[in-house]
Amino acid sequence: MSQGNMNLTLKVWRQKNSKTNGQLVTYQLKDISPDMSFLEMFDVLNEQLIVKGEEPVAFDHDCREGICGMCSMFINGRPHGPKSKVTTCQLHMRSFKDGDTIVVEPWRAAAFPVIKDLTVDRSAFDRIIAKGGYISVNTGNAQDANNLPIPKPDADAAFSAAACIGCGACVATCKNSSAMLFVSAKISQLALLPQGQVERTTRAKSMVAQMDEEGFGNCSNTGACEVECPKGISLENIARMNREFFAANIKE
Amino acid sequence: MSKLDSKIPEGSIDQKWSKYKSSVALVNPANKRSIEIIVVGSGLAGSSAAASLAEMGYKVKVFCFQDSPRRAHSIAAQGGINAAKNYQNDGDSTYRLFYDTIKGGDYRAREGNVHRLAEVSANIIDQCVAQGVPLAREYGGMLSNRSFGGTQVQRTFYAAGQTGQQLLLGAYSALERQVGMGTVEMCSRHEMLEVVTIDGVARGIIARDLITGKLERHFGHAVLLCTGGYGNVFYLSTNAMGSNVTAAWKAHKKGAFFGNPCYTQIHPTCIPVSGDHQSKLTLMSESLRNDGRIWVPKKQNDTRKANEIPEEERDYYLERRYPAFGNLVPRDVASRAAKERCDAGYGVGASKMAVYLDYKAAIDRYGHTQAIKNGVHNPTAEQLRTFGKEVVEEKYGNLFEMYEQITGENPYEVPMRIYPAVHYTMGGLWVDYNLMTTVPGMYALGEANFSDHGANRLGASALMQGLADGYFVIPYTIGSYLANEIRTKAIPTDHEAFVEAEKAVQAQIDQFFAIKGTKSVDHFHKALGKIMWEKCGMARNEKGLKEAIEEIKILRSEFWKDVRVTGTADEFNPELEKAGRVADFLELGELMCIDALNRNESCGGHFREEYQTEDGEAKRDDENYKYVAAWENKGNNTYELHKEELNFEVIKIAARSYK
Repeated sequence: MSQGNMNLTLKVWRQKNSKTNGQLVTYQLKDISPDMSFLEMFDVLNEQLIVKGEEPVAFDHDCREGICGMCSMFINGRPHGPKSKVTTCQLHMRSFKDGDTIVVEPWRAAAFPVIKDLTVDRSAFDRIIAKGGYISVNTGNAQDANNLPIPKPDADAAFSAAACIGCGACVATCKNSSAMLFVSAKISQLALLPQGQVERTTRAKSMVAQMDEEGFGNCSNTGACEVECPKGISLENIARMNREFFAANIKE
Repeated sequence: MSKLDSKIPEGSIDQKWSKYKSSVALVNPANKRSIEIIVVGSGLAGSSAAASLAEMGYKVKVFCFQDSPRRAHSIAAQGGINAAKNYQNDGDSTYRLFYDTIKGGDYRAREGNVHRLAEVSANIIDQCVAQGVPLAREYGGMLSNRSFGGTQVQRTFYAAGQTGQQLLLGAYSALERQVGMGTVEMCSRHEMLEVVTIDGVARGIIARDLITGKLERHFGHAVLLCTGGYGNVFYLSTNAMGSNVTAAWKAHKKGAFFGNPCYTQIHPTCIPVSGDHQSKLTLMSESLRNDGRIWVPKKQNDTRKANEIPEEERDYYLERRYPAFGNLVPRDVASRAAKERCDAGYGVGASKMAVYLDYKAAIDRYGHTQAIKNGVHNPTAEQLRTFGKEVVEEKYGNLFEMYEQITGENPYEVPMRIYPAVHYTMGGLWVDYNLMTTVPGMYALGEANFSDHGANRLGASALMQGLADGYFVIPYTIGSYLANEIRTKAIPTDHEAFVEAEKAVQAQIDQFFAIKGTKSVDHFHKALGKIMWEKCGMARNEKGLKEAIEEIKILRSEFWKDVRVTGTADEFNPELEKAGRVADFLELGELMCIDALNRNESCGGHFREEYQTEDGEAKRDDENYKYVAAWENKGNNTYELHKEELNFEVIKIAARSYK
């Protein structure tokens, strides 16, 4: 009963696997409803492909409510498409017009190799977190939670940094494929909290070292990452990370 | 007849857990190093269990189907996490949390387990704060609380509307720390497709590497299933697209009993289905019912726009039917009432399967008080609206924005359209006090087990249970089993049992590709969801359930004749993944109907139309159904019922009334 009335031309990146070359393939879609989400539009495309006996487009997605960070489409040259502060799954077709041509590509970064079609490998992010994106406290070691008062502004600032969903849009939009917004968000969250002080120095150094090893580029302050971040993670975090890293090296 | 032993420790309710902890068998550090544990799923239960067990010295392997353990659907939980801290000095205690949970579950949960949950709840908050989880705080620096349904105290801790995200990232960071230390091997983009048992004991799993398609054999002295709920059997739910029952179902087919499969929770306030293309449903926080009024037109099939329908032609059906609670009746009651109106032809919106949640009265009301506060004595209608909108925006602004994002409608101007949606499953694998299933060595934690919520879960209790199981229960209870396993050497995976299990998995994959049918996997999933929603959803009856069982059987046989799975087995193939999950849902759905048909009473989320009071309330039958229904799989979609009688020694069992 969907009253679709949009006809669209899609140019979608198709790539069999990480070892083969890919290309943009053109598809025509009819009767798309403006109430569909962008991913539901892809569901329609895939259903058509399956019925025709062709392989559907592989893309990452899971929660479809903007919080898991799995969806990752580069739409008309922008990660997560034309609207600001939304993920691909929360983008709806009413943001497009009948007759539009939409180009959809995967995240592009050396550190995010393509797995298939629009799916990329973002495990580099996990490896960076494993190098220090935590507070070393074993289960059962904790004191009573209210024994450690935390000023509300600090708690709120830590929360704002912790809201990062790890989608990688910051890397995808950056001309240097820098992961500094992602890494700085975690370093900031923990640097702002009293619990994070003990490991502050080693954390900044080892997370930055892993970031470099994964092949992410450097930051040249264009600020595109902040603009495209679906959760509005602030560029201030990068400044804070640079201070943390600088201070850590001086201390040595 | 029963093969079920819940293994609840002896002693008074408040002594059981502490006595258990001091007497349970231990495994010494040297032996821990040679014991391997498999954890399937990386949500709150899985991540917290894996991190804690690795910290203790066990060798742990974690599997998740997503690209990172941080994506697990615990991340989407909004509201909060309960804990009996009594920080608000409002009379909370372990006993009260225990009591609220038992009563909220409509007296269908085990006292021993629930009391333990309440006991460890406070430790969870301490642990999370120590990890750097930024929970909301007051200006004095202390933690903030809010209240949730089914309680009279403020015991819910939260991090804005993203509590699940923050708690999961805390557990994820603890997990990644262990990965970095080499004590946990993380297998992302891997899906468990079979349990390996030797002489009836769990000894490992078969997993598929989702990128290469290769089947892998993994040995473990114990296997922990932390794989979440099965709400996606309804196709449309608030679950993530990938949420599935496959791991639990494979375990069930290898001997683990399935407890209370028919207990599902339907949340009343979700954004309704907008068309056949709909792939998932989004929750709108229950808090909106504090100020919103719910209504439908008095006239059937009314095609006028909401704002064109005059006041006297609106039916505020919750206020009419439940004058005492009005719009704030409990979840199950609100959900059923909305369904009743829509089924009777009073639904609104294009699909006619929605009701209005209207803020006009609240905006007016707040407008008047704000006008007085601001010293405006004869406010114009425009001023009233502006004042009122300001207050509503401050309280609910982010929710209104989300609604507008998804529907394209401005809820300040036109009423929201809402409809109930499947949200959580209280049923799951049957486990004893140790969280062990009926297969020795195989455990189920979090939403994947059936244990703590009875027939209805209270808000903010799912996060509590997931983390309780992972951080504070399994690290103790697993010792009682593993202490006897220290002499078991790692079993080589060329053992016959592994070979056979892998063969079975391969055979099913081959079968999918051999069918070469005409219909997509989604086609069957949607058809199953429709049957389940209509006949085993918010309201059930004998006739409908019997029909559903037959319809599912037919659908299942069509699936195995006519499904089309594209691509090949040895590559990244999301269609193949979906096919396996839907195949399992097609079996589970039937068992849910069988269980619902067996339970000739109404309780919590399970509402049998034949069993209601004169005024339409759920009618329990404690004499005949005060038991956990644990189903044994006898092969070929046949099941045998085992009953675990529930004994209420502390809490007096009573009717649950909201009138």
